Amino acid sequence: MDRGEGEYAAAPVLKIEGLHISFMQYDGGSRRKELTAIRDLDVEVGAGEMVAVVGSSGSGKSLLAHAILGLLPYNASMSGKLMFCGSELSEERIRQLRGTKIVMVPQSVAWLDPLQKIGAQIRKGRGDRKTRQQLKDIFYRYGLDQEVEKMYPFELSGGMNRRVLISTAMMEEPKLVIADEPTPGLDLSVAKRAMGHFRELADRGAGVLIITHDLELAMETVDRIVVFYAGSTVEEAPAADFNSQETLRHPYTKALWRALPQNGFEYIPGTQPRVDDLLQGCPFAPRCGRRTKDCDRPVPGRELRGGRVKCLYAE
Amino acid sequence: MKKRNRRQKMCIGLRFFVLFLLTVCVAGFICTDAARVTDFSRKNMAPCLLYPFGTDWMGRDMLARTLKGLSMSILLGVLSATVSACIALILGVASATLGRAADRGIGFVIDLMMGIPHILLLILVSVALGKGWKGVAWGIALTHWPSLARLIRAEVVQLKESPYIQIAEKLGKSKWYIVRKHMLPHLAPQFFVGLVLLFPHAILHESSVTFLGFGLDAGQPAIGIILSEAMQHLVTGKWWLALFPGMMLVLVVTLFYEAGETLRKLTDPASVHE
Amino acid sequence: MKLEVKQVSFQYKRDGRKILNNFSMSMDSSQRLGLAAPSGYGKTTLCRLLAGYLLPDQGEILLDGKPLSSYRGYCPVQMVWQLPEQAINPRMRMRDVIGEGDQVEERILRELGIDPAWMNRFPSELSGGELQRFCLARALGRGTRFLLCDEISTMLDLITQSQIWHFLLKEVQEREIGLIAVSHDRALLDRICTRQIDMDIRVRPLTKPQHSEKYSG
Repeated sequence: MDRGEGEYAAAPVLKIEGLHISFMQYDGGSRRKELTAIRDLDVEVGAGEMVAVVGSSGSGKSLLAHAILGLLPYNASMSGKLMFCGSELSEERIRQLRGTKIVMVPQSVAWLDPLQKIGAQIRKGRGDRKTRQQLKDIFYRYGLDQEVEKMYPFELSGGMNRRVLISTAMMEEPKLVIADEPTPGLDLSVAKRAMGHFRELADRGAGVLIITHDLELAMETVDRIVVFYAGSTVEEAPAADFNSQETLRHPYTKALWRALPQNGFEYIPGTQPRVDDLLQGCPFAPRCGRRTKDCDRPVPGRELRGGRVKCLYAE
Repeated sequence: MKKRNRRQKMCIGLRFFVLFLLTVCVAGFICTDAARVTDFSRKNMAPCLLYPFGTDWMGRDMLARTLKGLSMSILLGVLSATVSACIALILGVASATLGRAADRGIGFVIDLMMGIPHILLLILVSVALGKGWKGVAWGIALTHWPSLARLIRAEVVQLKESPYIQIAEKLGKSKWYIVRKHMLPHLAPQFFVGLVLLFPHAILHESSVTFLGFGLDAGQPAIGIILSEAMQHLVTGKWWLALFPGMMLVLVVTLFYEAGETLRKLTDPASVHE
Repeated sequence: MKLEVKQVSFQYKRDGRKILNNFSMSMDSSQRLGLAAPSGYGKTTLCRLLAGYLLPDQGEILLDGKPLSSYRGYCPVQMVWQLPEQAINPRMRMRDVIGEGDQVEERILRELGIDPAWMNRFPSELSGGELQRFCLARALGRGTRFLLCDEISTMLDLITQSQIWHFLLKEVQEREIGLIAVSHDRALLDRICTRQIDMDIRVRPLTKPQHSEKYSG
């Protein structure tokens, strides 16, 4: 049961601790094998703020969105704490809140029903005066003509696409908005404009969670960044900390910073391992210059200078 | 007892299926003589302990006859379905890879054949080739490939757009290499599922064509013949002559169908990890 | 060797928009060209035309003075796609994937950081970054004279991006392979290219000459 309004103000909109997601797969023969996609993920989103989870593509971070919405595939299993506005986000609760209080902005119009007109889809079939007016208002805000309501998804141009997709989220009054790779392939300046829409949603009190591989975009648009590496979140920092290497905490984050073309374009050797190839300890240990024996044991997270980090030697 | 996962159960099921088929065929072979032996002293007996399927008007053991007939039908069905599936594979791939002219030509033949009622075509081919085993086998082989060919063609047309195939072309690989290394492995699941699902058709068609008199001759006791002859005796109340062979036919066809569905579930990417 | 695009026009649908309209440019194998533009401005289409995946509606594309379409067998202009998962047959082992390339040298595999243990694996067992290394190695066979990189590192870890580009820069300079890089990341293009072209759909490319090279066309 949800608590009263007062409780909402205190607890973060979304709080995830120790999320673990794995799959059962057949390994080409008849044997079942468990594949871990996410080993240990922590993230917190407060009302009114934009938080980005940044990790390389295909690293499994997209599953985060599906996990929150209760939409994991049939062969996946999940453990860890998921809290929405202070209380547990059980399967039943997410089913109630999905689409209304917790919404996901689809990645592309391919997610929309190609056989339904835009207006009807976004209104979810509701035809009452209030809903119709609300849609008109939203379209007006985003500079979309009235005719767009009568169009089919395939008729939309690229720019219209994005605005229509975000309208789907605006129709309800969501408390949590999740966007998975919201600006694929876009120039930085255009992407920043698109992210502006999400900023508006946050300004209206919602918590916005962006899942992306684009660190530069995150640096320029969100409030806090959570760095994801080989199945675990290794650092959580205010976006401003990414302006220089010294203000960052985890060795991996620092290496990422140095790898940016505008910051030196440097690299450290090695590749990101598969989660299942890792042993118990810090996922970055095999590539870290400051590794010690203690790094082979599970490394707890700790607060540091206004952020969080999972490293024994960060200062 | 080790807990078996679903896929292992499916594999066991498939193995049992193959074993069952082999048993029937072997049993049929063993029963070859028993199926032909006539003994008028025991004619028209209803099912009993000694003769579980009863005997017919010539005193032949119906169990032996049914087994023999089934094994013939299975062998015939398997053989012609295999040939048909191979024709489908070759023509399907050819129409999608050898250019517009080939595509139009083969497409025309497919449409033509699909436009003619199946049984009619089968009878035509069978009669043209002189009926009997050869006629029926070729008849089935030459008439069952169109729909599978269409499926395979559609699959290949879609495959051609795959980036890795376009890249292989630019890397200088020949068309044959691409078909062999990139397309065939991808088509294999479709091919085998299609093949297994052809069996029920083939077997049923063989039975019907023979039943109608355009297939095997009376001397070879395939299921079709058995059923056909049994029809004449149904009126006089000898139900067991049609019931048991009919049931066995339905059983075998259903088993083939289930096997095909199982194979499809094993290979379909959507349900592959259940 | 010279790669020339002469007044090329291209559209996907008969009465659709012209993606490229009378576009011309040229480069030689000592240069590294960057193509920058927002999506929909024809960068990928141009890459596909340059690598021979598409034929121009009008105009021609010449390699060393001869039409690109006249080159049979191994195409000297090789393209690396953005999504390595699609560019590799999921049923092939990685060793066979490399085998498709034109006698790819052992050295290239080593310098790209390809672990020998990966050769036996299937694509589904490797990450995007690892797969992209294989795609690059495959494209750097003996006969390659021009390499097109269409957003090859956009989806990758920043560190992997840096590793891959450092290797590529060294390789194309040593072997005198012309490089064309498409990316929306201007900072990246500034690092790797000797010239950049800003594509404007309306007709002519605007250029931003880097270093002291001048673009003429």
